Amino acid sequence: MTTTLRTISPKARISPKARKAYSFARPRKSIALTIVMLVFLVYALVPLVWLVINAGKTQSDLFGTFGLSFGSRFALWDNIVETFTYKDGIFVRWLGNTLLYVAAGAGGATLLATLAGYGLAKYKFPGKKAYFAVVLGAVAVPGTALAVPTFLLFSQMGLTNTPWSIIIPSLITPFGLYLIWVYTIDSVPTELLEAARLDGASELRTFFTISLKLLTPGVVTVALFSIVATWNNYFLPLIMLSDPTWYPLTVGLNQWSAQAGGVGAQPIYNLVITGSLITIIPIVLVFLFLQRFWQSGLSAGSVKQ
Amino acid sequence: MTAIQEQRRSEVAAPARTTPRKAKREWAGWQFTAPFAAVFVLVFIAPLGYALYLSLFQNKLIGGNAFVGLDNYVHALSDPQFWDGFGRVLLFLVVQVPIMLILALVAALAIDGARLYASGLFRMVIFLPYAVPAVVAVLLWGFMYGNNFGLTANINHFLGSEVLQPLSGQWILASIGNIVTWEYVGYNMLIFYSALKTIPAELYEAAEIDGAGRFQVIRAIKLPAARGAIAIATIFSIIGSFQLFNEPNVLKPLANNAISSYFTPNLYAYNLSFAGQQFNYAATIAIVMGVITAVIAYVVQLRGTRKEDR
Repeated sequence: MTTTLRTISPKARISPKARKAYSFARPRKSIALTIVMLVFLVYALVPLVWLVINAGKTQSDLFGTFGLSFGSRFALWDNIVETFTYKDGIFVRWLGNTLLYVAAGAGGATLLATLAGYGLAKYKFPGKKAYFAVVLGAVAVPGTALAVPTFLLFSQMGLTNTPWSIIIPSLITPFGLYLIWVYTIDSVPTELLEAARLDGASELRTFFTISLKLLTPGVVTVALFSIVATWNNYFLPLIMLSDPTWYPLTVGLNQWSAQAGGVGAQPIYNLVITGSLITIIPIVLVFLFLQRFWQSGLSAGSVKQ
Repeated sequence: MTAIQEQRRSEVAAPARTTPRKAKREWAGWQFTAPFAAVFVLVFIAPLGYALYLSLFQNKLIGGNAFVGLDNYVHALSDPQFWDGFGRVLLFLVVQVPIMLILALVAALAIDGARLYASGLFRMVIFLPYAVPAVVAVLLWGFMYGNNFGLTANINHFLGSEVLQPLSGQWILASIGNIVTWEYVGYNMLIFYSALKTIPAELYEAAEIDGAGRFQVIRAIKLPAARGAIAIATIFSIIGSFQLFNEPNVLKPLANNAISSYFTPNLYAYNLSFAGQQFNYAATIAIVMGVITAVIAYVVQLRGTRKEDR
């Protein structure tokens, strides 16, 4: 399937004339289909709407009013202030930790995957086949099999309970490497590299001045998915960290939730809900703003399977 | 770096320049790939080797750490708690994955088919839940499921009955399935949609000339074009199902009676290590699950590619 698709000239794909002539591409809009899909839309949105509404409720309104209607008092601002100041502002600390893990982990992961995917696509070197096979084979290895041994290994190296125990494992994304590999083959012409070589540019210089620009959509895609993976990471920090001051938001929120539900608990449900809202806003914004980039990057990746 | 450049410049002048230059370029690939490889060995290969090592030992009260060969594996394969969890994720896989992937495929076809009003909005909103951290997603749904101030409590109150009990033992797996579907249906939709977008317009023209109907186009053109993407999405979903952990673990405080410590193999391995300190046995469980997952993923991949060749 891939070969047939790839032999057709890329121009054909976007030729506006061809698209216009085709009536399947411009059929009448269907109201029935749109209504069916609206059910989908509601399904996707209800929990988020519930979150936004309930983040504005006081503790007593949470229990006393209907879930999808507003409370007697609009307390969003109070909840936000309380979330940020509860227990000497531990939430702010968690937010900072998360940002650190994302910047170092996802940033590093993107850099390593880009360099390696590019190197595999454009160079022949000894051990290349084995390299590729081992890394792609790793995609099938479940994180489960690695989590416990990684913890034990890191604890012997004295890395547990430090930021390193979160950052180092986040640096590897085999899927990102694969995506960059595909993207490089499609979008970086070897002739261009040959020309740069004749001009005497070093390989790394060529990469940073020429190839990286051509790879931008692919790199943004990998960066975005790494950011989501690190921002949303739960299992790894849960295992690695026992000191709450190093928690990321996900583990912290879950601790609050457990605290709210436990025996003789402080009822801080309003903080869990407002904290959840604050946790998802940045990541949703990142996705929306970078939409144009990552969608083109993803389609390049899905052509070749 | 400069040394290499210098050398290369001098090589250009030298008469027999091809061989040494080629040799240099052969190793240039490692400049790019070595950093990834180094970290990869530390976080993938080393733990994997260590897990294998651990699984061959047992920490005994008398005699300490002792080599026991395959004893742990024998134990795992006859451990009813392991098989209980395994059966649960298998059931989850067989029911939830097809539902989610079919929903995702239908949504992708609908959005790609250009018969939808505001299709860009649909694409974005259906994808949105993927950006929500699993922990937050589970907390959200958990609250909505809950009897305290959840939506189900509201509905039950309205109906004057106790029909909906999503956190009871009977319904808990379906409730988790709903959460997982909500989180990933949009992501899979986007993968399918990307594959559909690459279909060249000529194919549609040819189909129109042949007088093909809308559903014939879907069956003969769109589905075959999405086959590779479907295989990939299936593999990722299988891996995800076997690794099920976050959802039951976060839901557990809300549904303590319904979620046991061995609800899924992953939860079992986690509880063995961190509640029971049985690291050797936990590593064995993890390896057994890893092997099963890898084998199934491999078989699906083979089937997916074989169909493509036809």
